[in-house]
Amino acid sequence: MARLSSASGRRLVAGVPLAWLAVLFLAPFLIVLKISFSQMRLAVPPYAPLLAWRHGLPAPQLHLDNYAFLLTDPLYASAFLYSIKVAAVSTLVCLALGYPMAYAIARSSPARRTVLLMLVMLPFWTSFLLRVYAWIGLLQSDGVINNVLLALGLIHRPLVLLQTDFSVYIGIVYSYLPFMVLPLFANLEKHDPALLEAAADLGARPFTRFLRITLPQSVHGIAAGALLVFIPAIGEYVIPSLLGRTDQLMIGRVLSDEFFENRDWPVASAVAIVMLALLVVPITLLQRFERRELEARR
Amino acid sequence: MRSPGYFSRAVLAAGLVFLYLPILSLVVFSFNNSRLVTVWDAAHSPTLKWYAALLSNGQIVDAAWLSIRIALAAASAAAVLGTLAAVALVRHGPFRGRTLLAGLTTAPIVMPEVIMGLALLLLFVALEQAIGWPRGTGALTITLAHITFCMAYVTVVVQSRLAGFDESLEEAAMDLGAPPSAVFRRITLPLIAPAIVSGWLLAFTLSWDDLVISQFVAGPGSSTLPMVVFSKVRLGVSPDVNALATPMVLAVSTGIAAAALLLRQRERRRRREVQLAAAAEA
Repeated sequence: MARLSSASGRRLVAGVPLAWLAVLFLAPFLIVLKISFSQMRLAVPPYAPLLAWRHGLPAPQLHLDNYAFLLTDPLYASAFLYSIKVAAVSTLVCLALGYPMAYAIARSSPARRTVLLMLVMLPFWTSFLLRVYAWIGLLQSDGVINNVLLALGLIHRPLVLLQTDFSVYIGIVYSYLPFMVLPLFANLEKHDPALLEAAADLGARPFTRFLRITLPQSVHGIAAGALLVFIPAIGEYVIPSLLGRTDQLMIGRVLSDEFFENRDWPVASAVAIVMLALLVVPITLLQRFERRELEARR
Repeated sequence: MRSPGYFSRAVLAAGLVFLYLPILSLVVFSFNNSRLVTVWDAAHSPTLKWYAALLSNGQIVDAAWLSIRIALAAASAAAVLGTLAAVALVRHGPFRGRTLLAGLTTAPIVMPEVIMGLALLLLFVALEQAIGWPRGTGALTITLAHITFCMAYVTVVVQSRLAGFDESLEEAAMDLGAPPSAVFRRITLPLIAPAIVSGWLLAFTLSWDDLVISQFVAGPGSSTLPMVVFSKVRLGVSPDVNALATPMVLAVSTGIAAAALLLRQRERRRRREVQLAAAAEA
């Protein structure tokens, strides 16, 4: 093999992954954007070309129909709003549960810390689908939770837990909790305990110390964790399909139904574009936090 | 200091129970005789009959085999591409396209899967129309899609490892006249090897586990294991799916435990070598 010159070798190192991502990640979104302006037709592929030729002249066929349709049919607005509500509530619950967990891990001895972190990570490595599926068996009306509560005499009739808002929250919090704990831990671990000791010496009570010292220092960790939960939760498909309500769909399910059930590729593309527009701000914010985090480590 | 300590430790314990209870219930009920997954049939349990049912289910075995082949290919390609991207991002300083590469490598991690699945399928359809490749969708398109989202994870893992040690070793080798390819092979690669291995493992797991993206880009003839499982559990609980969970939990926990032990050993050996070197210098 001929030895590559240093400059062209470097260009290759950056160029190969860049080219891959340009073709398989960037280009697809441009195609989605294009098809969202197209019209459905019964053919292969099931959408009309954007450029038609009329009398030898190009005639662009840009349609805003799909977007107009999303605006007029209340199904889409309600699915979007419901997804935002579910994602927001789940993110808050994840934070309420994940913050103390990350705090406790950061305060434990180094040897224990490794084990605890691994325990938080381990479920993430086992099948997501099977873990969500497990909740059906726990939550259904003759499921484990109802059976235990009935046996204890705490309830006399089984509770309806499955296919409710509650079961979707459970599913999302359960699946995304590690994404909240890990960035929070990475942040809390770096705090200087001397600050807390100084505050204690000056007579600050534990709650005040938390509110005035620990919390302000961990804002970046909170933001990163919250975004890592919120963004994927918006488009979640598996959890609401297995655990969620049947009378109120989330937007990920709507997109997939438009595509698979109605075979309406242009409307599915328009839904994807609106979702992306919704997520651009949170995704950009997250990337900024992550870059800052990485630079702080160097 | 006392009250927040107690409170957070209690929440940590509760959180861990919350994380492990469902997995535990899957494993326990896979040994249950009753078809009703949630009622323990004490007279005839534990039983292995769901494991036998699992192994004699040709559809599940075929799907598992397809998923393994896809995950092996996708994880290996993603490890190479992801490592290249990480090296370029951390070691190459500013270059044209750096911001673009940085953005593109992290975006697939948070991108909702339905959007990525749809976008990739539309790409494959458009490509087939334009250049006649890939012919239809199937194992090949699933693998291409998996490489794309898996490489992002490899990049993140390798990137943080690369950022964690300083460049002086590489610079020293450079100063002594080693060509960049030799510096990479003899110095950088051994240092980031553990990160590449964990990136590969992560990529393998994610590919093995992916449902949504595969569903979009899979053709009619190719069903991965998650696709088969999903179509089964959509109709409610089924005990042979529980039986699937046990070997997977076992494989993952032994794998992680082995990796942790190995890493600890390496770390210890490294520390001893550093101490010896320091002693020799003194």
